Amino acid sequence: MSVTVAKPGEVRHNYLNAGDTVLSWLLTTDHKRIAILYLVSVSFFFLVGGLLAGLIRLELLTPQGDLMTSENYNRVFTMHGVVMIFLFLIPVIPAVLGNFLVPLMVGARDLAFPRLNLASWYLYMAGGLIATWAMVTGGVDTGWTFYPPYSSSYSTSQVTLTIIGAFIIGFSSIATGINFIVTIHKMRAPGLTWFRLPLFIWAHYATSVIIVLGTPVVAITLLLVVAERVFRLGIFDPALGGDPILFQHLFWFYSHPAVYIMVLPAMGVISEVVSCFSRKRVFGYHFVAFSSVAIAVIGFLVWGHHMFTTGQSVYAGMVFSLLSFLVAVPSAVKVFNWTATMYKGTIDLRAPLLYVMGFIGLFVIGGLTGLFLAALATDVHLQDTYFVVAHFHYIMVGGTILGYMAGLHFWWPKITGRMYPEGIAKLTALVIFAGFNLTFLPQFVLGFLGMPRRYHWYPEEWQMLHVMSTAGAFLLGIGFILPVFYLLWSLRTGALAGPNPWGATGLEWKVDSPPITHNFEQTPIVTEEPYAYDNHHEPEEVFSGTGASTTKR
Amino acid sequence: MKGVQLLPEQASTFASQVDLLFWFLVAVTVFFTVLIGALVVYFALRYRRGSTASRAGAKETDLRLEISWSLIPLTIGLIVFVWAAKLYASAYGPPPENALEIFVIGKQWMWHVQHPNGIRENNELHIPAGRPVKLTMISQDVIHSFFVPAFRIKRDVLPGKYNVVWFTATKPGKYHLFCAEYCGTQHSRMIGWVYVLEPADYEKWLASGGEARPYATASGAGTMAGVSTASLKEAGEKLYTQLRCNACHGATDGQRGPTHYGLFGKKVKMRDGTVVTADEEYIRESILRPLAKVVDGYEPIMPSYEGLLNEERVLQLVAYIKSLESSTKVAEVKP
Ligand code: HEC
Ligand code: HEM
Ligand SMILES: [Cu+2]
Ligand SMILES: [Cu+2]
Repeated sequence: MSVTVAKPGEVRHNYLNAGDTVLSWLLTTDHKRIAILYLVSVSFFFLVGGLLAGLIRLELLTPQGDLMTSENYNRVFTMHGVVMIFLFLIPVIPAVLGNFLVPLMVGARDLAFPRLNLASWYLYMAGGLIATWAMVTGGVDTGWTFYPPYSSSYSTSQVTLTIIGAFIIGFSSIATGINFIVTIHKMRAPGLTWFRLPLFIWAHYATSVIIVLGTPVVAITLLLVVAERVFRLGIFDPALGGDPILFQHLFWFYSHPAVYIMVLPAMGVISEVVSCFSRKRVFGYHFVAFSSVAIAVIGFLVWGHHMFTTGQSVYAGMVFSLLSFLVAVPSAVKVFNWTATMYKGTIDLRAPLLYVMGFIGLFVIGGLTGLFLAALATDVHLQDTYFVVAHFHYIMVGGTILGYMAGLHFWWPKITGRMYPEGIAKLTALVIFAGFNLTFLPQFVLGFLGMPRRYHWYPEEWQMLHVMSTAGAFLLGIGFILPVFYLLWSLRTGALAGPNPWGATGLEWKVDSPPITHNFEQTPIVTEEPYAYDNHHEPEEVFSGTGASTTKR
Repeated sequence: MKGVQLLPEQASTFASQVDLLFWFLVAVTVFFTVLIGALVVYFALRYRRGSTASRAGAKETDLRLEISWSLIPLTIGLIVFVWAAKLYASAYGPPPENALEIFVIGKQWMWHVQHPNGIRENNELHIPAGRPVKLTMISQDVIHSFFVPAFRIKRDVLPGKYNVVWFTATKPGKYHLFCAEYCGTQHSRMIGWVYVLEPADYEKWLASGGEARPYATASGAGTMAGVSTASLKEAGEKLYTQLRCNACHGATDGQRGPTHYGLFGKKVKMRDGTVVTADEEYIRESILRPLAKVVDGYEPIMPSYEGLLNEERVLQLVAYIKSLESSTKVAEVKP
């Protein structure tokens, strides 16, 4: 395969300088530019969600609800959840890293349906703006779970508008999912068999299947809430002849798999990064690949574990509990395989790998605390307490967001053509890790003590733990602000990266950084297994960047 | 700022059993977190670029390893599953026969409790230590959840359907009662206290009609003042006559409606051939939505009382009908 490489100083055509008008961005069908559009917009919503989290933590500094009224507190935590889940966590890795990398990794010029891809971003923005509009015109106070009959018959907040926003965002996910499935099936380069695919692709494939199967269910369910609210159709509210538990079944049928929509792509990132910085093939490639599929399948069968306390029969509870223990196994298999990948590798402790190590630690805690919740006897005590809050933050922040940070740093040189500053990036990874644990470890204790979630007031004897959590949250906040500055700074001043600064395998590293609009000058032909790292030789030209450095290190 | 609390109180028979499982899980979590964390850090340092540690024999995959690290988590998972499921089945199965029956109504944003002898409390629940207590609970509006951390029990309180929970308190004292399911603006104020009394104190409390209060009361909570303490079934009986249920339901079958004597716990055959056990839920449904299940041999002529009765009154009727045993002396029927 012939590869053309930029010489230092030479400005070559690439997707970034292919047009600089606003319209050239807003009407682009280039998957890489759409990834950038998504990067900017999800970052904005992450900021919004983060500020709302800051308000939650400030309020909980004292046991009395003194910073804001209960009405407002309920709106703040609801909107924190809605923004983080629907506008940040679900799209973040697929729509930013996935959009950018899926075509590159399979050796294609773009996704299968480039216009659908652009449409998905517009749908996302439309949904996001409607949700934002709902926020500024009164907000919602139902919790991101929208449980009826509270949401359908009692809440006086902007439930309908928010649900319409979420409904539209759902279509944007579906569009992305379909695009990935078709691209992965149909557009792989010659020689790129299924078992030569990077695990990032396997993870995105499994995620896309979940998105396409699950999202319609939640979309229709939420519309039914609107129907009950607006037209008083009796579906969920017993006063109208409905059944509120039916909603919970339908909602969790999607929303349990949705947690895997959030975390599987991060797992894909981890496989790429750990292998590159250990200079070894991912240990047990087939097991890691199939565990993604197993998670996607079993993940659809465990929704009832969110409903143990609803009056579900003891036997139904047992079935859902058993299945929940089974779904933990493939996740454990992945963790063991990543750990084994590092064994006897040649390890470069770069920032992305630090994030991966953070991911592994936090994901292990998040996953194991899931066992407390899958176990019937302990779950009935812990459900709807801060234990659950801590648990899902370990998965979603510790898992998804650290995975995203690892990937963002790892592929930053590919996306922008510049290196990020290594020292501060490493420091930031440590700040995030420390801040995260200080924030959420005390919440496990609070939950065990019995602190219910979504509480504005709480008993005085728990204040100390809340103070620790709030302190951690501000450290965590600093950790998330720092990358905004140093990554932006690197756009102008970072060292030029060259096509393959990490000496990584994978088709995306065989093209320029940033890549040209059509990715490949000629269709690549794949002849090697994935992760063909040579553990015994020092790769040449690694980690220096091929370009002239404009920064001192 | 009060001192840090790190362990919840254990005040029910279930609590210490749950905690044993909890601490076992904590041990499992700590073990695997430390194991994996230590390995990852150790590998990162030992095999860092430039270290001379031998890389000979590095593998790409190993079937035996894959099988063992699938089976070990699976085995631990299955052990925990069985342990937890057994415990849960014993605690959330049917309540013991001798359980003390108390009714709980959740509404935005308070807990309302009705004792069988007529005592009513708001945001407080007095119970004796050492005796099983069965709560039959329903919500008047949205979903709430009855949660007493010191007992390690939680059960959602749903609108339109009775949910039952039972427990045996062990240690006299005063314990938090929380609403654990988000229910709107004052969700975090839908709280109260459970008072566990020595059996003798409990008798005193009952005899005084709920006035003998061993603990100070938070404002807004407490026994309802000035409310007649006619027992629940007496109140139900009065209502039954007022609403003229006895126009159709008499002492024996064969009137316009079936008799209620001996109904509770009986297996009732429906028109469509199904057989239903007459529990609280069935009686409630028969009153509010008589057409949902029509008893075999009768015409569907019973009027619906939905919207006419609040949950409190329905409970009174249910309590009354429950009390009608078949051996009870036939009451006089005024047609
Ligand atoms: C107009 C006559 C009528 C009145 C008034 C009436 N019922 Fe009924 N009820 C019936 C008939 C007929 C049935 C059996 C058919 C059915 O299940 O709907 C029935 C069934 C029931 C059942 C189920 C009994 C069983 O054996 O399974 C209950 C409980 C009940 N009624 C309670 C009440 C109560 C309480 C009231 C007063 C608030 C009341 N009914 C008033 C006619 C009546
Ligand atoms: C960074 C990504 C984050 C994501 C994806 C996320 C997601 C969520 C979700 C889905 C909920 C549930 C909302 C609900 O109960 O309706 C929640 C609750 C909560 N989050 Fe986050 N969160 C994030 C960060 C944070 C941070 C940084 C803090 C600050 C410490 C925080 C504090 C909280 C608290 C305190 C609650 C519970 C609110 C309550 O129930 O009263 N979160 N989060
Ligand atoms: Cu789940
Ligand atoms: Cu509540």
